[in-house]
Order: sequence, then structure tokens, then C-alpha cells
Amino acid sequence: MRERYQQLTRGVDWTPSYVSREQMYPYTRFEGIKINDWEAWEDPFRLTVDAYCKYQTEKDKRLYAVLDSFAQGQGHLQASDARYFNALRLFLQGVTPLEYQAHRHFAYLARHLDGPGARFACLSQSIDELRHAQTEIHAMSMYNKYYDGFHSFPRISDRLWYLSVPKSYFDDGLSSGPFEFMTAISFSFEYFLTNLLFVPFMSGASFNGDLATMSFGFSAQSDESRHMTLGLEVIKFILQQDEGNVPIMQDWIDKWFWRGYRLLGLVACMQDYFLPRKVMSWKEAFELYLEQQMLDGLFPDLEYYGIRPPRHVDQAIAEKEYMSHQVHWTFYQYSHAASFTTTIPPEEELDWLSEQYPDTFDQYYRPLYDKAAVMEASGSRFFNSALPMLCQVCQIPMAFTDVGNLGSFTQRFSEFRGERYNTCSDGCKWIFDREPEKYIQAWLPVHQILQGNCGGATIPEVLEWAGIQPGDGGEYKTSTDAENWRAWHQNGVTA
Amino acid sequence: MTEMEPRVRMVGIDLQDTDEARTIIDALEQDNPDAVIRRMPGMVKVQSPGKLVILRSTVEELLGQEWDTQDLQLSIISLSGNVSSWDEDEIVLQWEH
Repeated sequence: MRERYQQLTRGVDWTPSYVSREQMYPYTRFEGIKINDWEAWEDPFRLTVDAYCKYQTEKDKRLYAVLDSFAQGQGHLQASDARYFNALRLFLQGVTPLEYQAHRHFAYLARHLDGPGARFACLSQSIDELRHAQTEIHAMSMYNKYYDGFHSFPRISDRLWYLSVPKSYFDDGLSSGPFEFMTAISFSFEYFLTNLLFVPFMSGASFNGDLATMSFGFSAQSDESRHMTLGLEVIKFILQQDEGNVPIMQDWIDKWFWRGYRLLGLVACMQDYFLPRKVMSWKEAFELYLEQQMLDGLFPDLEYYGIRPPRHVDQAIAEKEYMSHQVHWTFYQYSHAASFTTTIPPEEELDWLSEQYPDTFDQYYRPLYDKAAVMEASGSRFFNSALPMLCQVCQIPMAFTDVGNLGSFTQRFSEFRGERYNTCSDGCKWIFDREPEKYIQAWLPVHQILQGNCGGATIPEVLEWAGIQPGDGGEYKTSTDAENWRAWHQNGVTA
Repeated sequence: MTEMEPRVRMVGIDLQDTDEARTIIDALEQDNPDAVIRRMPGMVKVQSPGKLVILRSTVEELLGQEWDTQDLQLSIISLSGNVSSWDEDEIVLQWEH
């Protein structure tokens, strides 16, 4: 197996004679990373093109059989509640476009990395990511037939405020050099943080009767195990090649942990609030997947190379007690301008939240929902019509607080070329300060609206420009989806 | 004061809850006596202190037919630990340092 792999990957590489190596691979030196021997790259999966095609074909056959069967059986009616579909909207709008961008960038790496083993691993991942984009779209396309908020996701993801959070995260990676991109995405996102993205969504699907998404998830995860292995291999390879690489990598690990963690705020909100049947709380997932598996499992391994756990991880650990609530409270009041609906969780779910978050929920967040319930009952369901201040780096509204002081919003400032830039946390400020020229170029939705670049000066005009249609957002309980759900679940009525 | 025990780090593999994967899990149980199995909807988490080994010979014996170690790709959901070796006969997961 090893020899065959060598022949079909390394064996077809060549040393250029018409041009220099530097001319053939012009992008792998400018970041300051030194690679002395690309041959040291190890691919544990030893996948050749024929094996790749064989296994991926088989996975697709199995998955599409499930999707067909699900559609034929009107599987959407098995969901726990139509409210659950908000989790899928967030996924299709926020994750699927990133899969496509990953496909593009791994294709670029498949050309521009010096080493044949690394190039082939990136080529496989590029095709995988296209597969993920496509299978996600297929899995969710049947929901688009019956529910709002699934249409036009490519346009919405480019234009709508909260989707600039995942978009800018990935654009930051795309506009970095190849080694930073691999540290950011292959290592930090696909290895370090991956379970915090996938398990909430996919187990959420499984628990809430969504066979289609669950099947997609398990099918994609088998590809992800290869991606995780690439991520781990990449980081160890770079660290072992030259001692000078260590501080560069440490900085990138610090940056991309925090960027990825802030992005996962959207997932935390989904996990605690959008799932009628709960999998586990964000706090519990964070403890299992980040603290136990990563900080206690992976990082002691990386210590050998001179790497320490990421800067600002202590804040993330402290925030596990309340971060999901801060994000959901923001989305609750702004869903009239979103392509998903929100609602006050039913009493049993509020009780679950009180139980899962004994030190914070009842003190700081349940009272907000109690007040919102009073407003809703009186006919004025709370929606915030003001434009929030966004963090210059993570682009999330500045709704976060300092550790130990939940009563006061964090605002950090940096000055650059005579202008003031605002960030939501020490983590984002640190990221801004090390690369200000990059972040001053951010396309911040609120600024763009105020500059008149988003279709007009009123919310309806901005939403139309973004591609939103009536029914896509707002309050769940009074939505068309909720109405249809009730009708379709009454005896004798079919979809 | 009790003595500090050396920290035990778990390695693990998450597998789909399918027919073929169930046989792989049976093989894992046989070849990794300290493995802990946690069943969840649609998936099974197998964790083992320090090291986890999948032997082709055991899987084939339990499956009753030929099995390629690469076939694991059809069942795997996630890994925790380093793939320290993967060849025709076995797959080994362990932390390196």
C-alpha cells in the first residue's frame, strides 16, 4: 500500500529544468516559513486517485439514496418542529458558501505547494469541499420546497449583515498566504474546532428528526477525518521543518483560535436555542470537545514542538457560561432583518437553560425573556430597529462582556492612521493590532448601510437588496412556516 | 497527600451506526480491552486510553468476508488522536508525545 502510494504520488513529481523551483512555486516563501524538505510530508491515509474515486462514489451513492428516499417519504414532516429549520437556514447561509470557498482555495494550494504529497492532499480536499457544498445544497433543497428562508442563499450570504461574520472569517484566510491558510483552516478550523461546528448541527439534525441533514453530516464527516489528519500533519510538518517557524505558527494558532471561536458563537446560539430537542448545551460541548479533547489531548502533544495553548483561550473557557445567551439575545431582537425566525423558548426549554447554566442564566438572561414575553403578549414583540456597532474583526454586534463583569459591554479601541476602530474583546483587538492594514478594509454591513451601499435608507430596502422576502425572518410563532406546520400535522391534510 | 497519577489521554474514533461499522466496533472491543464505548443516536464513540488499534484480521473474522483497512473511510465520522500508522493490516491511533 505504501509503495503503491509512493509511485502514484511522489513518483510522478519532477524537478523543473526550464524554470527555477522558486518561479514554479512563487507563493511559499513570503510568509517567512522555511521548508527544507518537502519529502518529509507524511500522508497517513495514503489515498491514491483510484481509491479516492472508489470511496467517494460509494459514499455519494449511499447518501443520494437516503436523500431520495427522504424526499419521497415527505421526511420533512418528521422534524420535531418547524422551528428547527432555522438551524438549517443558518447552516445553508453561513456554512455552505464557506465550503465552496474552501474548494476554490484548496485547488489553488493543489497547484502552489512545493511538495507532491501536500499537493495531492489539498487536491483531495478541494474535491471533498465541492462535494460538501453540493450535498448540503441537495440535502436542503427539499426544505426549500416547503419552507421560507432557504432560497437565494448565495446572494444573501454576500449581502446580509450576520453572514458577513462567516464570510469575513473565510476571506481573512483566503487573503492570507498558503501556510497561514492551512494553519487557519486545515488545522484550526478542520481539526481544533471542527467538532464544535459539526456535532451540534449533525446531532441536532439526528435528534430533531432531520434524517437528510444527519445523513449528509455522517457522509461528510468521513471526508472530514481526512481533513483533520491533513490539519494535524500540516502543523507538525511546518513545526518540524525549522525552529524559526514556531513563533510564526504560534501567532497564527492564537489568531485563528479566537477568530474561529467568535464565529462559533453563531453555532452556540443555534445549539442552545434553535433545537426543540436538545443534544447538549454549548457549555457541555465546549468542555468535551475543546477543553478535554483539545486542551488536554492535543496540546500536550504540541508542547513537544514548542507550542502552547492559544492566547485568550481562558476567556473562551469563562465565556462558556454565557456566550450563547449573549448571541441569541442579539439575534432574537434582530431576526426581523434576518433570513431565519426566532422566538422566546418555551417554558421547558427555559428551565433546561437554567439547569445547564446555573451561574448565569437566571441572573442575567431569563429576565430578558420574561420581559420580552410581556411585550409580546401586549402585541409589541420586541424588535430592535437601531443599527448596532460591529466589531471590526469578527463583525459581530458588540454584545460581549468582560470576564467577571456581565453587566457591561466590552469595547476596545485601536487607533490607526488617525481613525478609531472598535473591537469586541481583547482577542479581536490583538488580532486587529497585529494586522491593521487588513482589517481597516473590512466590509462592515452597518457601515455599508450607512454609506448607502445596501439598497436604501430603510430596513425594507436593505432587506430587498440583500435578497430577503417576506416570511424569511421575524417571529417564529406568527410565521407562515408555523402556520403551515400546524395545518400539515392535522389529520387528513397533506403537504 | 495522594500521589499524582500520570495523566491518561484518551484517543478515540467516532463511527456511524451502520451494519458494517457495528462489526468494526465489535473488533475494536476485542482488540482494545480498555476501550469505552458510548452509543448515541446514529453514531458510536469508542475511546481508549493512549492507543487504539484496528486489526484487519479481526474485522474479517467477525464480518465473514474480506475487508480492506481503507474501507474504514466509509464508516468513520471523526478521530481524536494521531494516525500513527495505516497499512494493509492495521490502523493505529495514538498521541505521539
